Amino acid sequence: MNFDFSDDQKFLRDEARKFLEAQCTSAHVRAVLDDDGMSHNDEVWQKIVEMGWLGAAIPEEYGGLGLGMLELCVIAEELGRVLAPVPFGSSAYFFAETIKLAGSDEQKAEWLPKVADGSIVGCLATTEGPGALSASNVHTTAKDGVLSGTKVPVTDGDIATHAVVLAKEGSGAGLYVVALDQDGVSRTSLKTIEPTRSHAEITFNNASATRLVPQEGNGLKPYEGNGMVLLEQIMDRAAVLLAFEQLGGASRCLEMATDYAKERHAFGRPIGGNQAIKHKLADIYVKNEVARSNAYYGAWALSTDAAELPEAAAAARVAASEAFWFASKENIQTHGGMGFTWEVDCHLYYRRAKLLAVQAGSPAVWKEKLVSALETKNAA
Amino acid sequence: MDFTDTTEEAAFRAEANAFLSQHLEPKKAAAIRSGRREDYLQRAKDWQKVKAENRFAQITWPKEIGGRGGSPMQQVIWNQEESKFDAPIGPFAIGLGMCVPTVIAFGSDDHKKRYVQKALFGEEIWCQLFSEPAAGSDVAGLKTKAVKDGDDWVINGQKVWTSGAHYSDYGILLVRTDPDVPKHKGLTMFIVDMKQEGVDVRPIHQASGGSEFNEVYFTDVRIPDSDRLGEPGMGWKVALVTLMNERLAVGGSPGPDWAEIMDYARSSGSMSDQAFRAKLADWYVAAQGYKLTKFRTQTALSKGETPGPENSIGKVITANHLQDICNSAIEMQDHYGIISDKDKAPADAIFQESFMWAPGLRIAGGTDEILKNIIAERVLGLPQDVRVDKDKPFSAF
Repeated sequence: MNFDFSDDQKFLRDEARKFLEAQCTSAHVRAVLDDDGMSHNDEVWQKIVEMGWLGAAIPEEYGGLGLGMLELCVIAEELGRVLAPVPFGSSAYFFAETIKLAGSDEQKAEWLPKVADGSIVGCLATTEGPGALSASNVHTTAKDGVLSGTKVPVTDGDIATHAVVLAKEGSGAGLYVVALDQDGVSRTSLKTIEPTRSHAEITFNNASATRLVPQEGNGLKPYEGNGMVLLEQIMDRAAVLLAFEQLGGASRCLEMATDYAKERHAFGRPIGGNQAIKHKLADIYVKNEVARSNAYYGAWALSTDAAELPEAAAAARVAASEAFWFASKENIQTHGGMGFTWEVDCHLYYRRAKLLAVQAGSPAVWKEKLVSALETKNAA
Repeated sequence: MDFTDTTEEAAFRAEANAFLSQHLEPKKAAAIRSGRREDYLQRAKDWQKVKAENRFAQITWPKEIGGRGGSPMQQVIWNQEESKFDAPIGPFAIGLGMCVPTVIAFGSDDHKKRYVQKALFGEEIWCQLFSEPAAGSDVAGLKTKAVKDGDDWVINGQKVWTSGAHYSDYGILLVRTDPDVPKHKGLTMFIVDMKQEGVDVRPIHQASGGSEFNEVYFTDVRIPDSDRLGEPGMGWKVALVTLMNERLAVGGSPGPDWAEIMDYARSSGSMSDQAFRAKLADWYVAAQGYKLTKFRTQTALSKGETPGPENSIGKVITANHLQDICNSAIEMQDHYGIISDKDKAPADAIFQESFMWAPGLRIAGGTDEILKNIIAERVLGLPQDVRVDKDKPFSAF
């Protein structure tokens, strides 16, 4: 039994934490928050690019560090702790992982090295309106390498240079890589509840697009219309990585709330001496531990391509979404009036918690995926 | 990161499993729950003897006192394997898990010679006499008193919630020997012969209908000073050792879980209910979270580390969810759900039985509230609750 990260992975975590605590402070996050024109913190982004983290899980033959998914999970948790205001997830979890899963060897060779060295920034464009994503609410179309339609909201859509776009083709859907600097693409920044991460509406008007063509094998066939199947697998993989970001944020919320409860005095003693507060913080702790354990299981499934990945990813995502949401709201509550001020960071976590919870499908969607997976498993 | 045993762990697991297969039937949930209580005590004693003879009884105890001299990880592996079989272990859990280790830690050589082997081989059963009607979560507030009389102590008072007192031969007994000092300083621990005159065991009729617990009354019970464990006034320190051993026990599933209610929902057509599906996902995630947290604890154990109080999350999760799962199952059965007759009710009435047992599980071994205090104080380092009696003589209250 070794249900833990290795010493090397823990070393990476410690180094990443030290680096981010110095290089990605609350002031860096707030610089983006307070400036409507700023999509991300480029100073932080450039340093992360230099660290090579974008290539952590990209094979060396494609210019990455070739470490692995567990290392990417470790980095994700640390980015989540500091609310990194950069397009890391869009480029590394969504764009690069999509290319790795659904791209041909030539397509991997074309884009992965550029993601790894930061010369392109990728994003994933799927949703077009309220409600859970399904084949029936995709209206963007692709035909003969030309794509038209509107995607909204696209996380990091106004920073990215390239997008993977889900589009209808024939009777199904396909995944297309689209360069965002061409004439057929127009973008508008969106006002959202989470201004430290940028979001855009992107309209494609006969934009030229490259269809992703997965190598055969691994259960995938390069037939037309398999985009939704691929997307499920991409989301499973991203769900685990997002769960680590959520876990990092939730852990940080518990620390903030605990520190404050020890410091803040009322009625002659620290508020953390009162059971109402103690039990609230214990509840956060329990949810965080449940999330951590499920995230570890997801990381194991992700790193080994285990058959259990769908239910492990869903459990990780459900647990992490609940933990971060709960921790972020109760962190504000523990801080009292201070927690509701712009100056105290509590609201930044509250914002990020909700973004991450709905970004790759809401908890309701993932609960349903989880139960469906359990049904399939138990039927076999 | 992987879930496989090391070579040594795998070898021990195989050895344990082979031994268990030779002596026991694999567990079938419905059969276990449907009872066969009448011969349970005798089966438990027989099984304990076989385990002891083959040095599987207390894996981590030193060989000199009949243990295996094994590691905590081996104990965990043994517990996992044994839980797959219909093993009657209930009557020995408290004695061997908590009481006898306390005797070993604080008893004289004579005590160890007299008691340890007999307990290990299932010949004598032990109970733990701590709680009182007015001292539950605050055990140190207990009132049962012992007064020195020559070479004996004379005990008067009442204990409560004593599991298995009705079939126990001996107990460890925490009493007040000095009421004029603060409560934690006036306690002393003794070994008590449960069959002697003046010890009156009365079963408690529980809300669930069963009677696993007892009240125990002590009227002028004499205990020789030689059966004292630790110095007079040091009883709280002795009790903490007992309670620490309690925490090392890694428990199994206490009743129907997400898989059982899912099975039931599938057979009854309730899987199409969206609200139920969402709840099912929550139960799975929590149960899986606890199971995997135990894996993390085992990993720490196998690296030679000591697990912390993090395990306190277990009962907070499982006890609550058991109650919630049973509640949902009964509601799913609609009006029919009130029936607890095993011949008539669906799923052998396991949900109904556990529905009535669950409130007890949320209290036994520490209430949710006490466990959350433990997490808050010992894991998160928050200030302790106000204890107005802490530094004052017990008699002042």
